[in-house]
Amino acid sequence: MTSQTHAMLDEASGLLLTPGGLDLAALDDGLGHAMGPGIDYADLYFQRSWHEGWVLEDGEVKEASYNIDGGVGVRALAGEKTGFAYSNQITADALAETGRTAAGIVRRGERRVVAPGVAMAGQARYAGVDPLTGLSAEDKIAMLKLADRVARAADPSVAQVSASLTGVHEVVLVRASDGTLAADIRPLVRFNVSVIAVRGGRRERGSAGGGGRYAMARLRDENVAERYAREAVRQALVNLEAVEAPAGQMPVVLGPGWPGILLHEAVGHGLEGDFNRKGSSAFAGRIGQRVASRGVTVVDDATLADRRGSLSVDDEGTPGQSTTLIEDGILTGYMQDKLNARLMGMAPTGNARRESFAHLPMPRMTNTYMRAGSDDPADILKSVKRGLYAVSFGGGQVDITSGKFVFSASEAYLIEDGRITAPVKGATLIGNGPEAMGRVSMIGHDMELDTGIGVCGKEGQGVPVGVGQPTLKLDELTVGGTQS
Amino acid sequence: MTQAFDAAAQQTLLESRARMALELARRLGADACEIGASVDQGVGVSVREGEVETVELSRDQGIAVTVYVGQRKGSASSSDAGEASVRVVVEKALAIARHTGEDPASGLADARLMATELPDLDVHHPWPLSIDEATDLALRCESAGRGMAGIRSSDGASLSSGEGVRVYANSHGFLGSQCGSRHSLSCMLIAEDENGMQRDYDYTSARAPRDMAAAETVGESAARRTLRRLGARRPATGRMPVLFDPTLAAGLVGHLMGAIAGGALYRQASFLCDRLNTPLFPEWFSLGERPMEVGAMASSPFDGDGVQTRDNVFVRDGRLASYMLSAYSARRLGLETTGNAGGARNLRLSAPLESREALLARMGRGVLVTELMGQGVNGVTGDYSRGAAGFWVEDGEIRHPVEEFTIAGNLETMFRGLVGVGDDTDTRGSIHTGSWLVDEMMVAGS
Repeated sequence: MTSQTHAMLDEASGLLLTPGGLDLAALDDGLGHAMGPGIDYADLYFQRSWHEGWVLEDGEVKEASYNIDGGVGVRALAGEKTGFAYSNQITADALAETGRTAAGIVRRGERRVVAPGVAMAGQARYAGVDPLTGLSAEDKIAMLKLADRVARAADPSVAQVSASLTGVHEVVLVRASDGTLAADIRPLVRFNVSVIAVRGGRRERGSAGGGGRYAMARLRDENVAERYAREAVRQALVNLEAVEAPAGQMPVVLGPGWPGILLHEAVGHGLEGDFNRKGSSAFAGRIGQRVASRGVTVVDDATLADRRGSLSVDDEGTPGQSTTLIEDGILTGYMQDKLNARLMGMAPTGNARRESFAHLPMPRMTNTYMRAGSDDPADILKSVKRGLYAVSFGGGQVDITSGKFVFSASEAYLIEDGRITAPVKGATLIGNGPEAMGRVSMIGHDMELDTGIGVCGKEGQGVPVGVGQPTLKLDELTVGGTQS
Repeated sequence: MTQAFDAAAQQTLLESRARMALELARRLGADACEIGASVDQGVGVSVREGEVETVELSRDQGIAVTVYVGQRKGSASSSDAGEASVRVVVEKALAIARHTGEDPASGLADARLMATELPDLDVHHPWPLSIDEATDLALRCESAGRGMAGIRSSDGASLSSGEGVRVYANSHGFLGSQCGSRHSLSCMLIAEDENGMQRDYDYTSARAPRDMAAAETVGESAARRTLRRLGARRPATGRMPVLFDPTLAAGLVGHLMGAIAGGALYRQASFLCDRLNTPLFPEWFSLGERPMEVGAMASSPFDGDGVQTRDNVFVRDGRLASYMLSAYSARRLGLETTGNAGGARNLRLSAPLESREALLARMGRGVLVTELMGQGVNGVTGDYSRGAAGFWVEDGEIRHPVEEFTIAGNLETMFRGLVGVGDDTDTRGSIHTGSWLVDEMMVAGS
């Protein structure tokens, strides 16, 4: 165990356990309540988070908020059964009550022992800092006002500017009956600018933003206020010129970076362990089979430094890792948490995530992206006679059983005779995951990750994620415009 | 339930915490203050393939404080409504108010608008359900669905039952509180044929257990909804009428309400800016809210500002009759609040209703949409483009399932092009409506 691991455990224990009169040694007793007769595995998940948000509107920061959240979630597993209870009090009494409740899922069977806690020595993927400190309130307000000034000065059609700066300082500690003992301090910050541009009776929105797992001061040092303000205005102005989008099947070229949301929806969710264990995914039972074109390699990587979706350890205490999901078109792996990995006879992959102590963990994505290919992005565009070039997206959704996925373009252009011509209004693109991945015909050498804005929702739980991809050509996808 | 929940005691406790927070804020220098606090408790049981999968007991609480110092505002909240936590939250809100800018529109709603009529709206019907009873209901629901020919497997059935208390108080001396309950049972099933798997679900949800559909009915309906999707094809691309299922029609009402919400209007982020008193729908269509309806999903005598709620009419004879405003957004627009801080409550429409068959006959050739996917609705422009699944209709009759297509248009055109409303009203949510037939949209398929 490294001194870094020690320091992290001490800090987490001080913030989470000490206020309620507990320490690391007391967690064995706490776990004992959850390890009732017939329980195979139990875990305690302690969490506290401090959230701060500053919002600028009409050139003034009129609103700011602060939220403190925290508690303990206790889970008991028996075969495929899960018992779960939680409390916002972190005390011995609360552990006893929630533990007994969670263990109530079964009432008979062998009573197993709790393995002694062994501190997990994972590698830190981000600095365990409190991201809210380091910038004064005045500094934070100044950043937001700068974004406002830059956006308004950029073009006379800018009628409204709103900007926000948010940060979360989150501390977690996991203790499980299999001996797991792990802590993590997870900073997360984000800066966002949204503008409304009005011209000739037309009104359009543009927005830009980003962030990651680091201190707020880095957002200022990287001058994101000015960059995102200019980008939001640029997008709004493009949309003011947009014509009706085409409707029907056509070749689609996706820009690099955030359009990787395609992979998240078309492939990622379908490769989460729970859906495959239950056989409800269109990808179930297809490991070793071709599920995408040659050249398509997709990874889920929690180890990227400082990224929004990165995790030093996941919410079950397993170290974050890089998992190759598809290699050169062949399905090679699923994303797993402990429960689903055990039931499928596989190894956990560090993908167990939960929105908070009050939610159950599930297999979830971290940073999911497609590796670069060898095509020149300019050649990819040149190869299209008539199609759509989409560079930014709102959000997406997938039905993992039928494989159908959608995602909505927020900035897109027509491609005519290999050239980018008119911008078109936002349109939804729809396809079938396995089919669409088989229609990838060109892969650019320009892999990019998104700027750090993704939130993924599954069964009502939201978690921060990252996506990425190079410029990509799909030979055919359905575009939901209004022009035949 | 294994956890006892004494709603009356929780209500008394939360009310006293709210008073304590108000008093503390005043003492520490706030000119005005408002508090929202809540406690919710529930049980959730899910089963899959005849076995219990998860048993979840939940208990959430929270307190949110907003203080005003002059025209400056600060907010803070916590998931713990204990005394020590209340103090931290009040101090933090005041600290924030030292840094925020002056806002001429900020502050509480006018004292004269505070709700004085606070009847019991009969929305609290706890369900003294043991885990075993909850499990049994979920199993019966799933079993009824799995038993139907053609169902391959189950993605699970879940029963959830919860109750809670919420309190709103402000420094005008207003304090309102309400206990409420909500119970639901849902089931999702999977069917398969040579073309692949399909899944669908159904659910029942109500304030009172007695108003829920029978477990078996939900399971069987989920099975029917899943089976009818097998053999889906892609529809041809072209312009045609679209019939929206009642749940999806309620979504269209939701988009309308989003566009007439004060927050979207003063930010100029709505396609309905400056449209008050202009025609939006056909003349036969009206839409209003009934916040005091007894026993309904969203009933409340006071809004999120403490203002007395009232029966608003938002669309009268096809014209936009009122925006949906809170005290703050009303001040920003130079108007009066409509008692809608926190949104509309129990939206009901008034229109001549037709049978599903009559609507299909009127449609002739087009698509009946039963599922929408994705977020392709732009509230600023009204542009609408979403993924869809449903049924192909030819000569007024349902012919076969369709999937993997989009429907696109603009909300303003869709509202104006509403040609009929079905009598198949869905009463499970807070927006009650039947199917909507829209005269023409662009369908993109094969």
